Formats: sequence, structure tokens, C-alpha cells
Amino acid sequence: MALCEAEKTFVLHGVEENFRIDGREREDYRPMELETNIVSHAFGSARLRLANTDVLVAVKIEVDVPYPERPREGKLEFFVDCSANATPDFEGRGGEDLAVEISNSLAGAYRSPEVFDLTKLCILKGRKCWKIFVDILLLECGGNLYDAVSIAVKAALWDTRIPLVKSVTVDGNNIDMEVSEELHDCQKLDVTGAPIMVTVCKIGEQCIVDPSAAEELCSVGALVISVSRNKFSTILQTGSGSLHPQTLLECLQTGHKVAQRLHDALIETLVDIKPSENSVGFLR
Amino acid sequence: MPQKIHIRLAAHRVNASVAVNRRVPKIFTPGQVITEQNEFMRGHGTYEEEGFLKSSVAGVKEQVNNLISIRPLKSRYNGEVGDVVVGRITEVQQKRWKVDTNSRLDSVLLLSSVNLPGGELRRRSAEDEHMMRQYLQEGDLISAEVQSVFSDGSLSLHTRSLKYGKLSQGVLIKVFPSLIKRSKTHFHNLYVGASIILGNNGFIWIYPTVTNSEDGVGGFVQNLEEVVSRPERETIARLRNCILALTQSKMMLFDTSILYAFEESQKYSVPELLVPEAMVDVAILTQDRLSMAENS
Repeated sequence: MALCEAEKTFVLHGVEENFRIDGREREDYRPMELETNIVSHAFGSARLRLANTDVLVAVKIEVDVPYPERPREGKLEFFVDCSANATPDFEGRGGEDLAVEISNSLAGAYRSPEVFDLTKLCILKGRKCWKIFVDILLLECGGNLYDAVSIAVKAALWDTRIPLVKSVTVDGNNIDMEVSEELHDCQKLDVTGAPIMVTVCKIGEQCIVDPSAAEELCSVGALVISVSRNKFSTILQTGSGSLHPQTLLECLQTGHKVAQRLHDALIETLVDIKPSENSVGFLR
Repeated sequence: MPQKIHIRLAAHRVNASVAVNRRVPKIFTPGQVITEQNEFMRGHGTYEEEGFLKSSVAGVKEQVNNLISIRPLKSRYNGEVGDVVVGRITEVQQKRWKVDTNSRLDSVLLLSSVNLPGGELRRRSAEDEHMMRQYLQEGDLISAEVQSVFSDGSLSLHTRSLKYGKLSQGVLIKVFPSLIKRSKTHFHNLYVGASIILGNNGFIWIYPTVTNSEDGVGGFVQNLEEVVSRPERETIARLRNCILALTQSKMMLFDTSILYAFEESQKYSVPELLVPEAMVDVAILTQDRLSMAENS
């Protein structure tokens, strides 16, 4: 997709006026729709739809051996798949660069122990741990991918149930684990610290959040700010433009403020989930 | 003051249908048997298998005498001669532009079927061929009319009228082509202070009304210095959100339905119209007014 100069001008003037093409202010988000526990054979899953951006996240768990340098910690891995349904550009290996960029930024954002406590995933020190695979599928791209992905990942991890290990017996080199057979006996992960990413997009002289696809085309650069519990986790700059230090500080402030609101809104929604609800899925 | 961030659960999704208590046409799904008799002719969207006539797309049945066809809700644009379309230039070639019009194949706009700046009757020289990118370049939006349909279904466009040409500042919305109601004119100057082009191909262009017909639509001039004023901008954004609300409820789009939706939406602020409840509310109120106007 490309935009002509006149359309770009229209978007630009709108941002300056603090009245964007859909009537939002600079710090407004488009309404989102979230569904958790949508993939029945995954340990946890979520689907987030933000206007035309559609992300499906599934979490699966395996038993693995911890890294020798971090024997008390489990493992967390992200994998992003760009479906060619989203845009024809993703066909073949077209989406690979974007996929690697998103998964690397997620891995970076979740690295700190303050963000996500990996020691909870340890089963037996140095020998056995849980490894969490977070698979992200981009189904549709309508702008603001990073934010949508981070929210969907957080919701999927919230939904994740780790089987309860009743006992571990060590016999020489053999380790036997007894996993509880009760379906409801499971641990939930603590995701209150899981980072929320906010893309702050610079258009003209102003910064906006939640850019639509058209707005992304008008911007020279964007800053992806991930915030966890009031603290910055990682910051990533995308696009070709450069930022003035003063602008950078303003962007960080905006991102921090918006991430708080986003976190509160998400937690409010997640708490509201009732397990008995019928799944909606894709066909309605 | 920024708005509250809405994250809703899919289980709490609002039903966007406005067809409550109304007759809903039967919808055929791909592979479904339409009729078991074989005296019917098969039209678009159907195929014959084991002596039955079956649907190949999801849509409603249309029957003209013996010809049965299924018209899908979601499809690419199938052009017809005389349609008004809005398209985006994707490629500049020798003597022609390629235009994305939401069809299966890109349409073509020949250099010989545009009105060049500076005169009605002019020979198109080799110089014009070199200047093509100055007139229209990749990414530019145009309004045009379908001149002819080639045998492979791709379209040939023309802009040989002052009302067609390069589009200036405004907003493009993409909807299903089947939602655009065919009417005498697809160019509307709405009294609310904005103009709209309802392309038959499902591309809708909303732009500030131009008072003097020289600039804006119908030429190759784009005025990038002009700043669209705040009230006009609000009208355009409101129209955009109203059209999206009608589209969400699968309502036909034409000047009256859009104006009704615009009037019914006044109780909401423009950003509030992005929330699904408000969108459905506007669609239902519009539907009521339309059926009232129809009955009286």
C-alpha cells in the first residue's frame, strides 16, 4: 500500500490539530476485542483484534533441561509467524525480517527477572525445568502490531495453566516426575509484570499512539516502548528517522503514561473472564 | 483528555445485525445444492455436479427466468461499463497507468483516455509519454469511469470528463463492492459540508467540498498547502465512522442512508463512534428511518 502526498498531508494536518482521521486524539486507542482460551489443545491462548490488526497467540509447554549458567530458571521462547493472509508481502520468506524483529524485541522485554520470574518454572535445580513456547501468528495487519502482540502475549500467559508436579524422584541419572492427573490442578503464571509495548509514532512535530496503517506510512520513525510495573523494560526504535533527545524524552513520557492505562484496561478485562463462557472463535 | 481504552471480551460482542424481525434472505454456502432440477441455466457463482446445480460462493440467490446465479457478499469488484470507480495508481508504464481498483486484475488507464492539462483536443506526443509520472505517479488516487471490459475481466478506465481525475486531500475507506447501491450519480455534495464519491468498486472517497470547480477533483492539481479546517475535518471523520458503522451491519450505502446515519450519530462524539455499541445503535436508527421513509 502507498499513500499519495495529498492523503499524507491530510493525515499530518489532522495530527497537528489533535483530531486524527477517525476522530481520535493523539493518545487515544481504537477499541479492541480479546478472547482467551481459544485454542483447545494449547496450554494457554489468546486472540486480540485491534481494528484491522488480528493476532493469535498460543502457549505450549515442554519439560526441558535448564541452561547450565542459570540452573534455577526455566525457559521462555517467542516465535512469530507472519501469515501470508495478512498481506501478500508476507508470502514466502517476506515476513521473516519482521517476525525476527518482533520475537527479538519480546525476548528482550521479558529478559529481566523483575518482569517475568523464570525461577517459578524450575522443577529440579539444574536438571529439569519447564520451557514455555509462545507462538504468535499475525493474521491481519492494520497497523500497531507491537502493541497488539504484547497485549495478546500477556493475555495468553495469563490464560496459561502449568500442570502441577506432585513429586520428583531422582534415581541415578533417571528423573521421574509425577504430574497431577486432576485437570484443574494447575498453576497460573504471575503476569502482572509482563511488559506492555506502546508504539509512539512521530508524525510531523507530534507523537501519537496506536497508529493506523495509513498513519504508519506517514511517520518517519517510531519508538516501541515496553513498560513493566512502572519501569521501562526495553526501548526499540523503528523506521529510518532520527529523534531529537528532547523528543525522545517526550515520547518516553507519553509511552509510560499510555502503557499504564493500557495495563489497567487489560487487567480489568482479564479479571472479568468467566471460565464457563462459550468460546466465540473465528466463525462468528 | 484522552478517551478510556476499551478492551472487550469476544463473548460480550454486540450483535451487529439490524435484520431483527425482518425477512432475511436464504444464504447459500459453497457446495450447497440450489436446485435438483436441471432445466435451469447456471449463472455466476454456481456449478453443476451429479446433475445438481450447486453454489460455488456464499451468497444470496438471484433468478432471472431460467438463469440462476448466486451473488456473494464479499467478493472482488466485477466491473461494468459506465461504473464510477476510485482507484490507486500502482505502476506507470509506456502510454498507460496500472490502477488498483479492487478487481481481480489491475485496471489500465490509457494515456489517450485522460484529459491532459491544457486543452480539450490535443495530440498526445512523445513528450507527454515522458511526462506521465508528473501527471499521475504511484500511490496517487483517481476517480474514473469504466470505459470497457477486456475479455480476461480486467478494466479499461477513462477520465475524460472534468468530474474525474486526481483526488486531493481526503480519506479513503474500503468496503465490500456489493454494499454500494447503484444510482444515477455517485458524486454527492452533502449539505453537511463534505463531499463523497461512492466508487462502485467499494472504494469511498470523502473530501472537503470544493467551492470553485477549478481545483481539487477534475484535473491534475493537488493543493498541499491548504489546511482543512477543524469543522470540516470533524464532518469528514464523522462521515467515515458512520459509513464504517453501516458497513459493519452490512447496510447498503447511498446518499440517503449515509445522511441519515450522520444525523442519527449526532448524540455521539466522533471518537465514540468507534465503539461497537454506538456503531450498532447508529445502524439500527438509520435502518428504522429508512424503512419509515419507505413505508410512508
